Amino acid sequence: MEDTAAVPADSSRQPNDSRIRQIDSVVIRFAGDSGDGMQLTGDRFTAETASMGNDLATLPNFPAEIRAPQGTLPGVSSFQLHFADHDVLTPGDAPDVLVAMNPAALKANLGDLPRGKTIIVNTDEFTKRNLAKVGYSASPVEDGALESWQVHPVPLTSLTVEALKEFGLSRKDSERSKNMFALGLLCWLYNRPTEGTERFLNTKFGRRPEILAANLAAFKAGWAFGETTEGFAVSYEIAPAPAPSGTYRNITGNTALAYGLVAAGHRSGLPIVLGSYPITPASDILHALSGMKKFGVTTIQAEDEISAIGAALGASYGGAIGVTTTSGPGLALKSETIGLAVSLELPLVIVDVQRGGPSTGLPTKTEQSDLLQAMYGRNGESPVPVIAPRSPADCFDAAIEAVRVATKYRTPVLLLSDGYLANGSEPWRLPAVADLPDLHVEFAQKQDEAFRPYDRDPQTLARPWAPPGVQGLEHRIGGIEKADGTGEISYDPDNHDKMVRLRQAKVDGVDVPPLEVDDPTGDAEVLVIGWGSTFGPIAAGARVARRNGIRVATAHLRHLNPFPANTGDVLRRYQRVLIPEMNLGQLALLLRAKYLVDARGYNQVRGLPFSSAEIATAITSLATEGGLELSSLEETH
Amino acid sequence: MTTELGMPTVLSGLAGVPHLGPDDAKQTRKDFTAGAEVRWCPGCGDYAILAAVQGFMPELGIKRENVVCVSGIGCSSRFPYYLDTYGLHSIHGRAPAIATGLVTARPDLNVWVVTGDGDALSIGGNHLIHALRRNVNLTILLFNNRIYGLTKGQYSPTSEPGKITKSTPVGSVDTPFNPISLALGAEATFVARTLDSDRKHLTSVLRQAVEHRGSALVEIYQNCPIFNDGAFDVLKDRDEAQARLIRLEHGEPIRFGVDGARGVVRAADGTLQVVDVASVSEEALLVHDAQNPNPATQFALSRLDEETLSHVPLGVFRKVSRPTYDDLVRAQVSGAQEANNGPATDDDLAALLAGRDTWTVAD
Ligand SMILES: Cc1ncc(C[n+]2csc(CCOP(=O)(O)OP(=O)(O)O)c2C)c(N)n1
Ligand code: SF4
Ligand SMILES: [Mg+2]
Repeated sequence: MEDTAAVPADSSRQPNDSRIRQIDSVVIRFAGDSGDGMQLTGDRFTAETASMGNDLATLPNFPAEIRAPQGTLPGVSSFQLHFADHDVLTPGDAPDVLVAMNPAALKANLGDLPRGKTIIVNTDEFTKRNLAKVGYSASPVEDGALESWQVHPVPLTSLTVEALKEFGLSRKDSERSKNMFALGLLCWLYNRPTEGTERFLNTKFGRRPEILAANLAAFKAGWAFGETTEGFAVSYEIAPAPAPSGTYRNITGNTALAYGLVAAGHRSGLPIVLGSYPITPASDILHALSGMKKFGVTTIQAEDEISAIGAALGASYGGAIGVTTTSGPGLALKSETIGLAVSLELPLVIVDVQRGGPSTGLPTKTEQSDLLQAMYGRNGESPVPVIAPRSPADCFDAAIEAVRVATKYRTPVLLLSDGYLANGSEPWRLPAVADLPDLHVEFAQKQDEAFRPYDRDPQTLARPWAPPGVQGLEHRIGGIEKADGTGEISYDPDNHDKMVRLRQAKVDGVDVPPLEVDDPTGDAEVLVIGWGSTFGPIAAGARVARRNGIRVATAHLRHLNPFPANTGDVLRRYQRVLIPEMNLGQLALLLRAKYLVDARGYNQVRGLPFSSAEIATAITSLATEGGLELSSLEETH
Repeated sequence: MTTELGMPTVLSGLAGVPHLGPDDAKQTRKDFTAGAEVRWCPGCGDYAILAAVQGFMPELGIKRENVVCVSGIGCSSRFPYYLDTYGLHSIHGRAPAIATGLVTARPDLNVWVVTGDGDALSIGGNHLIHALRRNVNLTILLFNNRIYGLTKGQYSPTSEPGKITKSTPVGSVDTPFNPISLALGAEATFVARTLDSDRKHLTSVLRQAVEHRGSALVEIYQNCPIFNDGAFDVLKDRDEAQARLIRLEHGEPIRFGVDGARGVVRAADGTLQVVDVASVSEEALLVHDAQNPNPATQFALSRLDEETLSHVPLGVFRKVSRPTYDDLVRAQVSGAQEANNGPATDDDLAALLAGRDTWTVAD
């Protein structure tokens, strides 16, 4: 293939180049039509950024419709990336740079872009027809509507077509590579390496040489455009973020969760059997695990969610680690089977990647509104341990923890991820396989006395796990109440009371680490406590508040059932407690009820993660309410 | 784990299940009788089925600890408690789903599903048809008493139209399912019908069902003396039964009635009809082909049976060979492990976690 653009083989430029400006962090948002390949563009830019050692966090945001009508507002898909030379906690409150591939993308995202920030627009798409589709009577690029921003009008489409003219492709096919042109331009602008994308394109299009050549040429043309055009006077460099030594990769929550399950299977020596029914945003876990057969992972795409969890439970009964993955509506369907698993006291992992609800709700948007469903969404007294990862990479450890609790205590465990964690990504320091928890499990052994399937381990209160196939352990169990010890059917009132309390005591006794508090000054009077994916925004918001002189402590609950034993002590240590949640106060309800503390909620259900600014504001207003903290509003660092 | 090949080409349903060795004690009915007190109503057809199964199990020569009975909810679904094997009494309608996961995870088990007409065809209808279409290696016993027994007598999806029950005081308006037609429509690989009171026939059908590799659906007409007594009486009275029961034998012309005077022929319009054999030539009689991969004629046979039970084919409607879901799923897993030169190692896992793009941060 001929090199159509002057991209140096080593794309990093000299650090003392006066045209390069050092900055500490930037937030970029790529926005375009669903058909424009914005997610791929964002993914590639992220990969290059990760490989430069910046810390980062990403937020893909796409419509539920596969292909909403082209050029319309509902069809806009975007990908936001925040990267920095220091640790990054959120995908960024607002973009510094918006790449808008068409009028709809501009219109849908302009409101999020603070004045003074940068817009790169693809002017070719600002045709009368496209402008009309989103209600612009004149082009905002030309009529002064964008005066308050730094606008770089770039005819991306025609430049791409021009760069590809020797390839003999149709105009339409050439236009398809415009996202690669945009990617090339942004890689130049932020001094990202290009080798990774070139390698990626080679693997992806290796079998279709003309498409490969076109994409590479478009990518390089975008890079060269930045290099040679007056419009972009400077480019930027963001130094790597200091990080513990080790090998890193970038990973999304769904991938990390799938890998965590695979690792847990590997470390337990037991096969993983996943029963699942496709649902956004959980399907990618099914996709990933279906490719893990060499790790002994079996996947069953069932006819519905009930069947999916049934198959998983059947596999657990047979001595495998049964897992089922779903989102809110699917969790509702699984309730009865989770209850059966509670009664059978068999290990089972139920993954709920939460999305906006109720009902179909907002399938591609994030929310934390299934906490109470996870806790209580079953008939009877039906306690289930609940664990929630706090960041994309943490999904790996949380999945391992869920398997550990499920197998150790012979109980279904609910793992509550969410849409933001699922699709968002961050750098992950690879663990050494030998350092992963040992999840070895003992099955019931052949014995001389009659087998008692509901005798309990005095320490854990777990019953024996006795998969079929062992002579002398033949036994029959079901969802009907069982007699303590023997497991035979029992309708005895006292026995039922005892069994209900035993099952509760078992879950209450799950070993969870104590709640840790981050209180840099050691004298905070306000505590912010959260769970799940609000970890990043809360930490970032607290950082902002502290910079403004507010003394605030933070704590994060990874285990939601049972709560860490010191939770009540921690809560009572603070005069004011704030609980930000992407729901109407579900954790707040639980903490208030259990610990009788006057915790306040800060709630938002917009399908988007909190911004650090709004958390900081909420912290500040709670801290300063009624005069508290007013004395300490001086810079602390 | 032993793998026994049944027939030269077609694997037995019990292939992979450990069999008793020459030194193992011979099993008897008692070995399969659990201690739990049987709690069905006196005269319930379930007793006869239980006795037949307990009597038949020892004949299989497989290890008792490798037998699992999974059931849903209903009177019939209490069955596992009375069989001294592993047993799982699950939730209403979901036994086929649970059994699918169990069988897929454990090729060394002989797994039975016991279900009722409500359990299998109302709440669990979806799971049943999908287990059948996937051809999971399961023996499914569908106890059809044409009523909801456990909930005390509401009409079921097999109740005849107009049925008066507690929930249909002026008669049900539903069109019922014919379980055999439904199973054939789902392209089950083994479909049979038998009768609770006919121990010999029941046992012979069960034997063929267990030996079949794949989903074997056996509909058992079962009397509920409390809420639907006598539903099948016409098939139990000697003379009436002779006039109505059509005993299907693969490869044999279909004849029934006194001295085989009645038979089934294909009419000019392609439908099946019951005729006096005397009125047609013997060659015109339909020869039953349970092994025809196309279920059309087997389906037509299932339609001879009207709600009035005027003609009731009994026996094996269909028995064809098709790879089972669980065998195929396991083959993909073991194939991947063979391609990997064995199960994944720590290094394989480390490579997976690392993926293709990594970077290193030095101390
Ligand atoms: C989810 C759920 N819904 C309803 C019931 C109540 N219920 C138990 S058994 C049954 C019907 C059983 O009928 P069938 O399957 O024909 O079994 P039979 O008792 O006749 O053997 C019903 C409706 C239940 N146990 N669970
Ligand atoms: S109600 Fe009917 S089906 Fe149920 S046990 Fe009694 S007789 Fe048998
Ligand atoms: Mg019934």
